[in-house]
Amino acid sequence: MSTLRVTQARVTRSEWTKLRTQPGALWSLLSAVILIVAFGILYSLLRAARPPHGAAVASFDPVSVSLAGVQLAQIAAGVLGVLLITSEYASGLIRTTLAAVPRRLPTLWGKAAVLAASVVAVSGPAAFAVFLAGQSILGRQHLSVSLGDPGVVRAVIGSALYLAVAGLLGLALGTLLRSTAGGISALFGLLFAIPIVVGFLPGGLADEIGKYLPGAAGLAVTSVHPDPATSLAPWTGFGVFCAYAAVLLGLAAVRMRRGDA
Amino acid sequence: MIEIHELTKRYGPTTAVSDLTFTVRPGTVTGFLGPNGAGKSTTMRMILGLDEPTSGSVTVNGRPPRAHAAPLHEVGGMLDPRAVHPSRSAYHHLLALAQTTGLRRSRVEEVIDAAGLHDVAGRPAGTFSLGMAQRLGIAAALLGDPATVVLDEPVNGLDVEGIRWMRGLLGELAAQGKTVFVSSHLMSEIAQTATHLIVIGKGRLIADTSVAEFIASAAPASVRVRSSDQAALAVMLRSPDVTVTAAAGDGALLVSGLPAERIGAIAAEAGIAVAELSTLETSLEDAFVDLTRDAVEYRAVTAKEEK
Repeated sequence: MSTLRVTQARVTRSEWTKLRTQPGALWSLLSAVILIVAFGILYSLLRAARPPHGAAVASFDPVSVSLAGVQLAQIAAGVLGVLLITSEYASGLIRTTLAAVPRRLPTLWGKAAVLAASVVAVSGPAAFAVFLAGQSILGRQHLSVSLGDPGVVRAVIGSALYLAVAGLLGLALGTLLRSTAGGISALFGLLFAIPIVVGFLPGGLADEIGKYLPGAAGLAVTSVHPDPATSLAPWTGFGVFCAYAAVLLGLAAVRMRRGDA
Repeated sequence: MIEIHELTKRYGPTTAVSDLTFTVRPGTVTGFLGPNGAGKSTTMRMILGLDEPTSGSVTVNGRPPRAHAAPLHEVGGMLDPRAVHPSRSAYHHLLALAQTTGLRRSRVEEVIDAAGLHDVAGRPAGTFSLGMAQRLGIAAALLGDPATVVLDEPVNGLDVEGIRWMRGLLGELAAQGKTVFVSSHLMSEIAQTATHLIVIGKGRLIADTSVAEFIASAAPASVRVRSSDQAALAVMLRSPDVTVTAAAGDGALLVSGLPAERIGAIAAEAGIAVAELSTLETSLEDAFVDLTRDAVEYRAVTAKEEK
């Protein structure tokens, strides 16, 4: 047997054990899948029943329609991220964890890794499945596209990546606030409330600032043809979204490393 | 071995631990005694590397607690037996902990058996009674076979059988040469478990002594006397080393500083008839309360004190 010592790989394995034995976490992952698939199918049926006419046909985006559930699933992914850390603070388990891993940060990185990996692992296949289901529904009205069309695979994979990063935002906020309610509220504020406030700004300004907000920036990668007036280019937007997560995780790391557990 | 040197911890304006210096040695069970709010848990959190000292230092087995490569193998701690994820099984709780350090699965099963949790290891830890939760906490503390074990109130909430088990276990760990540091707010509990004693109150060190010495020094027996001439006897007994007070109610004298035989002899010489002569044992709890009276954070204020 190898020597006893704490390593990042071992802590990550420990965090995986925790995630797979925490029913709340498994429910969050399951609800992400259900939201992606069920809402995508529902919305595709709705749009197939009322197909676009005239000028609206050109701007109709069948990929976004079938992936509409991603915007709901980001709540499940974000809440999972919050819960992974705040459930430990709520029960006091964090002290047992950090006494075993006194450098502390391996615990945060381990949680981030298993969170991102598990979200991608369940939402990636779900996104592919709902894309195919949605296209077959929309195809009856000759509105569908195929996976081979430009940008389509990127949008589907991007949906899973977007959800993983939304989860990391939740993890960072939960670590900073050490409270489930606080973490979830902050997450909702960041993803939903701030865009509403910015929407009240005068016309051009709202669009210009709006596309740099985390949700809008990140969702650019899930869209085949993002509108340049209201959205960044796909990977640029995703990069901005990742930058938000990186900054918040950095602050979370400082908060966790310093001072009292 | 735990070495604590001029340790101070402040939370904002509150000083939880103040200038504490003591050493906990291997091979014995050391009790850590103090009233609620005395700073015991704060000190233990610093020993486990969870809280940062404001000043001063803590070392465990010669190094700061956060400097160990395999902390579970150096110091095992139990702070709060309810600090588990309520829906995760006891087995997976311990497995996740073991995995951080590369401990084998077989070690998880060993401590489960040692703690008597074999039949309930698959149950969610949130369904455990307090006694079972304590056993799970002990299992977690022993998981890495640590040289130093730190347990906060381990006997709290255990039934008689559990208390006996715990005492046996602590003695066994000490016999293996481990450093065993156990807190309690009950003197009687500690007296039966520990051989050495650290007493703190209001975050300050009050005593660092063996349990036997502490009992001897802190519990001077007093003697209750009723006689035919209380006033004369009181004058004869009183000296700089002897205090004589009147007991409430029946006018008996309470004498401390003289053994009963001596009091009887003095009365006999003076021709005073003794009607009652009895030694009152100060209980351990009383001794502890006396010692920490000034250091109790929260105390019920009696009607007299309020005036």
